[in-house]
Amino acid sequence: MKDHEAVIVGVADAPLINGKVAQPGSALQIVARCAKAALDEAGLTLGDVDGLFTAGMWGIPGVGQLPTVTLSEFLGIRPVVHDGTNIGGSAFEAHLGHAALAIEQGLCDVALIVYGSAQRSEMSRNLAGRPATLTMQFETPWGLPTPVGGYALAAMRHMHEYGTTREHLAEIAVAARAWAGLNPAATKRDPITVDDVLAAPTISKPLGLLDCCLVTDGGGAIVVTRASHAKAQGLKPIHVRGHGQAATHWTIAAMPDLARLTAAEMASERAFAMAGVTHDAIDLVEVYDSFTITTLLTLEALGFAERGGGGEFVSNGRIAPGGAFPLNTNGGGLSYAHPGMYGIFLLIEAVRQMRGEVEPERQIANVRTALVHGTGGTLSSGATCILSLD
Amino acid sequence: MTKPHPVVDPGTAPYWAALKEKRLILKSCRACGQAHFYPREICPHCYSDDLDWIEAKGTGEIYSYTVAVRPAGQAFEADAPYTIAIVTLDEGPRMMTRIVAADADAVEIGKKVTVRFVEEDDLVLPFFALGGA
Ligand SMILES: [Zn+2]
Repeated sequence: MKDHEAVIVGVADAPLINGKVAQPGSALQIVARCAKAALDEAGLTLGDVDGLFTAGMWGIPGVGQLPTVTLSEFLGIRPVVHDGTNIGGSAFEAHLGHAALAIEQGLCDVALIVYGSAQRSEMSRNLAGRPATLTMQFETPWGLPTPVGGYALAAMRHMHEYGTTREHLAEIAVAARAWAGLNPAATKRDPITVDDVLAAPTISKPLGLLDCCLVTDGGGAIVVTRASHAKAQGLKPIHVRGHGQAATHWTIAAMPDLARLTAAEMASERAFAMAGVTHDAIDLVEVYDSFTITTLLTLEALGFAERGGGGEFVSNGRIAPGGAFPLNTNGGGLSYAHPGMYGIFLLIEAVRQMRGEVEPERQIANVRTALVHGTGGTLSSGATCILSLD
Repeated sequence: MTKPHPVVDPGTAPYWAALKEKRLILKSCRACGQAHFYPREICPHCYSDDLDWIEAKGTGEIYSYTVAVRPAGQAFEADAPYTIAIVTLDEGPRMMTRIVAADADAVEIGKKVTVRFVEEDDLVLPFFALGGA
């Protein structure tokens, strides 16, 4: 371990009750609480933070347009590295890559990556009203329900090309719910069956209600610093071994291939190359599950499943608790929480699994290397991080 | 409730103006000969800026589709359920559209479609109907 390497030394998330923050608050309050909790865990304070990374949907139009600037003021800090990269829900995997680079290059010493949303409490989740300006002139006037409609178009194409079925997709929702059942912090914990998923109301054909992520509040924070500092604190550091990002489109009609998640292929290829590991080395995978089809496309794009073979791959409980390929071990966006942008929670779950500190029922043994992949927009962007214990 | 209208800008004005005349036009590249959709300033295939508008034949096939049972907001409530498709035009580019309601039940990926200009609230939109030209 080299002293200048970037390591994760603190994580925190906001406790939820029925999908709402247990302690009511604005997005800024939620962020502040999570930041303090993650810094406490790392033995640091806000006064140590000199790099701030965030993406969000609060305060737009208004103070949210310059989110790191607004947050710096609210937190009383003056970071010298600001990163408000927003490529959708995958932004936080991109932030972690950027933070690692900033620390390794000596641009900052302590990076804080944060997210907060009170969308459920405020009943503010509404993407349907995207104004039909610029490129959206060619999507919004058609009434595509967003974001679900774009994912539905991808699911339909995947079914057509590869014979994927609604039952295959349902397996993903069932597995996520089973993991959530083992996670006291998860929002939806009652078991569901494939039949339940198929019988749920259709939202945008072929996707039904249980193919869709939850709408909840949420907040999270991650603290990254150099390895030498982590040693001094006696912490169990998590290394950022590889990262990569890509984006291919915003409007769904411009997606290069609706049955193939090109952004995830591009991002993960770079992350694997940087980390210098192959798929065999990965002990745990956490991927963004905005919809069941997202998980299926991601498993193929990352190279864990064959192209077109995602449905077969997830069948027979393979990604559920006790299956051969544990995935989204907190219940995911489908059943744990989905506060608008979910990417930070993939990283938090991976870190806790690697430290061996989740509930025994859902703890994966000996996770030394984990792969986290976020997806943003409408299958638009992808960012991969490969984390390791050493 | 009125549906969201495109906020037309100088780059897209010719497209929307042509629709009012019941014509579907595309940007095409003189350098590489390939058309694209929606209209760009630089060819997304070869990065030339030597572009021109061409008249599309208005025919293509369904690349994918979805039935929006839950509409995109109040403005679309009266239409639901409605079928949104991505169509591959015979000129090559793919575009989003809606399939006319009469054909909604027969939609399948790969089926041939033809443009059908539909006037709604002072706006002409290029819907598609099943069947070749
Ligand atoms: Zn060209």
